[in-house]
Amino acid sequence: MTDPRGSSRRNFLAQCLTGAVALGAGASLLTPAEQTAARSRVAVARDPLLRGKGSGVDPQRLKALLDRAMQAVFDSDHPTATPEDKTAAWRRFIHPGATVSLKVNTLGGRGISTSVALVETVCDQLQQAGVRSSSIVVWDRESEELERAGFQIAIGGDRVQCYGTDRVDYEDELSAWGSVGGRLSKILTRSSSVLINLPVLKDHDGAGVTIALKNMYGAIHNPNKYHPNGCNPYVADLNMLPEIRTRMRLTICDATTAMYEGGPGFKPEHSWLCNSLLVSQDAVALDYTGWQMIERKRAEMGLKTLEAEKRAPRYIATAADSEHRIGRCDPSRIAVVEV
Amino acid sequence: MKGKFVTTECMEQAPLGRRSFLKCALASGAALVSGEFAPAAAIPAASGAQAQSDMQFTFEAKFYEKQPGRKIKCKLCPRECIVGDKERGYCGVRENRGGTYYTLVHSRVCAAHIDPIEKKPLFHYLPGTNAFSIATAGCNVNCKFCQNWDISQSRPEQIPAQYISPHQVAVLASQYKCPTIAFTYSEPVVFAEYLMDTADAGHEAGVRSIVVSNGYMQHDSLVQAYGKMDAVKIDLKAFSESYYAKVVTGQLKPVLDSLVTLCKMKKWTEIVYLVVPTLNDDDAGFRGLAQWIKANLGPDVPLHFTQFHPEYLLKNLPITPIPTLERAKAIADAEGLHYVYIGNVPGHPAQNTYCPECRKMLVERLGFTAGQMLIRKDSTCPFCRHFIPGIWHT
Repeated sequence: MTDPRGSSRRNFLAQCLTGAVALGAGASLLTPAEQTAARSRVAVARDPLLRGKGSGVDPQRLKALLDRAMQAVFDSDHPTATPEDKTAAWRRFIHPGATVSLKVNTLGGRGISTSVALVETVCDQLQQAGVRSSSIVVWDRESEELERAGFQIAIGGDRVQCYGTDRVDYEDELSAWGSVGGRLSKILTRSSSVLINLPVLKDHDGAGVTIALKNMYGAIHNPNKYHPNGCNPYVADLNMLPEIRTRMRLTICDATTAMYEGGPGFKPEHSWLCNSLLVSQDAVALDYTGWQMIERKRAEMGLKTLEAEKRAPRYIATAADSEHRIGRCDPSRIAVVEV
Repeated sequence: MKGKFVTTECMEQAPLGRRSFLKCALASGAALVSGEFAPAAAIPAASGAQAQSDMQFTFEAKFYEKQPGRKIKCKLCPRECIVGDKERGYCGVRENRGGTYYTLVHSRVCAAHIDPIEKKPLFHYLPGTNAFSIATAGCNVNCKFCQNWDISQSRPEQIPAQYISPHQVAVLASQYKCPTIAFTYSEPVVFAEYLMDTADAGHEAGVRSIVVSNGYMQHDSLVQAYGKMDAVKIDLKAFSESYYAKVVTGQLKPVLDSLVTLCKMKKWTEIVYLVVPTLNDDDAGFRGLAQWIKANLGPDVPLHFTQFHPEYLLKNLPITPIPTLERAKAIADAEGLHYVYIGNVPGHPAQNTYCPECRKMLVERLGFTAGQMLIRKDSTCPFCRHFIPGIWHT
């Protein structure tokens, strides 16, 4: 090495490659309120009667469940809440002129995907908060996957839009942070000022679990490149991409049906009717909480922990470390509110 | 055949297929050409979207094992991806559908050029000839310096492509007087089935096959797929496992094993080492590499130290200084390798082939054009009759 700067430069580069030093390191992704709060709030809303007597989710009960969760997260609950009060929570992070994209997860088909009923409820709430229907986009990677999960493709017109990135392509330019480099969906970059993440709650054979943070794999063109090493640190690095972190406002995890084993593909024999929603502005805290729910179900079913199976989702802790600070995964700093 | 190629950067390491160019060329039904011979008219036009959804590209994969629960284990490369139903492996071009594994890129060509063989680079194999060069999407590693990341790191449906059957490739190569078909640009490991079928079609038509590869394969797939090749160029990215882990997202050991296997198979093999400033440019690495090659493959395997250009995820690094490349060559020369070249530096004297015995110049190269080629039909030096290993004449 003849470069007199060699040693330090080499170290610096090596650090860059491992994501130790990168643009924006140290910037918190938490809301100002959460930064000052002692703990991140995760609402776990449950309704054992969510499905009534049938197997399908009752839309009215689902709406009530979402209202409870939102009010718990935004602390806007009171006994005489009017419909307007109930949209107050949404107005905390949505303004009327916003373009809002809802990133759903439809990889698991009708068996375990973000439910159409939940998405319709969210869209109703957004419109009540002042967002135009045509300014809302429901999206995932492929239109075909959306259709398989029960969504109807809608492009154009004065209605909620719904389509996959395959219809508009990925950006030509690469976005990179730490170990991740990918071309981002144009739906994210060009059709949303606000991103709401609507993942599902399920086991993942490589990553351990796939909930909120990993759902963003559906926003880049090359997710297959980021599955080694239990997706760590790739999931955390991906969520640090400025295009994602500056838009992300809320996670609503559809845990009406969940999977404790055999994911990410749908395995009915390893799924359970969890009848729950998890809602938080802290995706890391939500992932940690969801992971613990899966672990409890695994224990109930007599399965080993993910740690014992050597596939604990370490990317969650990485997302909370000092280089990422996307959120919190220390249970003492997470307030799980059961409603 | 001596081409008059004006490109001054190595096709394998330099911007080859910028996306806009790919889209433009393929959407119009044209194949990509970097030289003056365009096979466009011979390649059937296809509209991108229509071609993309066609099942004609989907064939059952050759190298995998079925597992319980409709999972499969891929046996193509050392990753051994366990792939669930409806999922893809790391390469992104192979998919499990109901417990059967499929390649999605058979005959799905996203880049086609006619290149001088020196661009691969193969310096001891039919110098001065052209290679009909093709690629599909996908790669089984993720090099942070990849010059062709827009095709190698994409899924097949994300980039325009055309259906070109193995037979059509052989016909086109013959039509354009290319004595070889080259599988290159992205990573041919991931389109092994297409490579094998095309090599067979080429051989039936009297056209040879060469491959430009990272060599990151399992033993059996290497033997079966590259057993059909007439020459192989392996990109040995570094002589360091940590570099492979951090920069390549792969492993060194299987690549070294592949080189030894190719040597035992008596395949003509050349090695390229891309020298990346500060990451794999230390003397110990160069020395270890040269010693390993001499001990395991012999001193006659050509070794090319090539210049890095900042791209993809390593835009923060400078171009490799020429003195660094010269230092690498000096170390490899001192360790006793007979044919050590410097690449991506047009006009550098270390691009020429010299007789290791009498030191006279035998093949002169200007850019990617082979100038004078003095090696005799019996592969000997015309001055001292020293044997010069390689395949020099068609």
